[in-house]
Amino acid sequence: MSTTEIDRQWTTRLRRRVAGKLPPEKLLPDTQPTYVASWIYVFGVTTMAALGVVIVSGCLLALRGPQWWHTSSVGHFVNSLHLWSVEIFFFAMVIHLWGKYFMAAWRGGRALTWMTGVFTFLVSIATAFTGYVSQSNFDSQWISTQAKDGINSTGAGAFWNVLNTGQMLMWHIVLLPLAAVVLTMFHVLLVRIKGVVPPFEKDAEVAQ
Amino acid sequence: MKSKAFRPDVDAPEWKGGHSPYDILKEGVIAVVLVSILTVLLSVAFGSPDDPSITVKAWSTSDPMDFAATALSELNSTSDSAQYGAPYNKASTGQQLGPLSLAKWIGARIPVNTVNDFVVDPLKSLPGQPALSTDLSQWSSASTSTRASWVNSYTHAANKMKIVSGQLVVNATNAGPVPLMMSDLLQMARTGALDQALVTQNGFYTMDYTLPLLFLADGTYMANIAQKQHLTGDQWGMMNETGNYPGQAWLWLYTFWYQVSPMNSSGNGDILVWAIMMVLSAGLLFMPFIPGLRSIPRKTRVYRLIWREHYRDSQ
Repeated sequence: MSTTEIDRQWTTRLRRRVAGKLPPEKLLPDTQPTYVASWIYVFGVTTMAALGVVIVSGCLLALRGPQWWHTSSVGHFVNSLHLWSVEIFFFAMVIHLWGKYFMAAWRGGRALTWMTGVFTFLVSIATAFTGYVSQSNFDSQWISTQAKDGINSTGAGAFWNVLNTGQMLMWHIVLLPLAAVVLTMFHVLLVRIKGVVPPFEKDAEVAQ
Repeated sequence: MKSKAFRPDVDAPEWKGGHSPYDILKEGVIAVVLVSILTVLLSVAFGSPDDPSITVKAWSTSDPMDFAATALSELNSTSDSAQYGAPYNKASTGQQLGPLSLAKWIGARIPVNTVNDFVVDPLKSLPGQPALSTDLSQWSSASTSTRASWVNSYTHAANKMKIVSGQLVVNATNAGPVPLMMSDLLQMARTGALDQALVTQNGFYTMDYTLPLLFLADGTYMANIAQKQHLTGDQWGMMNETGNYPGQAWLWLYTFWYQVSPMNSSGNGDILVWAIMMVLSAGLLFMPFIPGLRSIPRKTRVYRLIWREHYRDSQ
């Protein structure tokens, strides 16, 4: 096989492209710019850590099935872990989002990083909502019967029936978490490729 | 060749300053450990709510009048579900956003017939009821106008509906089989058989609770419990859950729109709120491309607080 032929392989091209965009020192950096020195930066990694705890606690809940936590004190405790990790996840994510907004973190070719972050936030809201309507308790009865009116008014209720507990549970434990995790990974890779947005230049507020 | 002008809300200056040590793996591990500890502490301290689900059996036992009135509204097609429109039926246009009738255009893809699904079919599943079987046969063989006449007669008499010794009593004349059907439906509900009949109409295995949830939502029993648990729409209920827990606090903006006019009183309130939230979400998503909005961070100067060490050191 000639060198030219190898160079033209899809695999070779992909490897070179990935290595060019994301060399190991960018993927796993050991230094960072000195301006990355504020408490606001911890909320990105906190969001990811909470997502990990959410997923682990959710997997533990899945082990014994959707009714387990109603009848077992251990199951109820695992449900509590799931609930509070979700609360921490959203708390950290919202602060991360506001922090990035006030940094105008889309600057310097980082618009896609911003957009994947916002989209992850929206998908996470849908994921949490499907969890609330899948609990099989009074909360899920009430929330689903109230939420149906909003979703039905858009026409989406014809396909996405919040009163169909099985459908909501499947979306909650498979489709939406998968989307949230893939989006998060993409978002983090973009952060590693583009780096953390630098500060505005001095007196930028009077520019333009 | 003319160089492109620097746009401070779009472009970022190239960083030519220094770097400091950063152990990304260590940071990640510490974050996971701390978040795990915090999660356990919150779980031990506060637990999580789990108010049991309500049943049609509990509803018909503790508030039989409300159940009977709701069942009658399903039979005479005046209930919320009967009048809903898409996706359940074609009884109304449904909510509209200006000239857009989104739900109506997509159609009744989850068909619900409140007369059959909530009353007649469950009653047909009851075994060993000769009198009821006769009445159901009479109902089935009657014309639409005759059925309407029976139901109207019963509905007029139901103003003086009462429960005597657990039995539904309505002194209706010319109501055909309706009095026995309604009375037996109440008895069926009180045994718990109606709960089961509503979920098993499409087979043994099911996780689809559309019918029993619609039936429960048509009555006031569930809403009264929700009211006491601060869950109704005018109590910011969209973001609450039972007990004193944070709930879906991230839905505060969505819930907010339901508190203000015209959304809090309009028949199109839901689609108005959804339209607002779609526009706001799109604005957030496409923020980097919206002149004016993308300048707010630079003009508010909050960034000087975030990067205060950088600006202090660079002076």
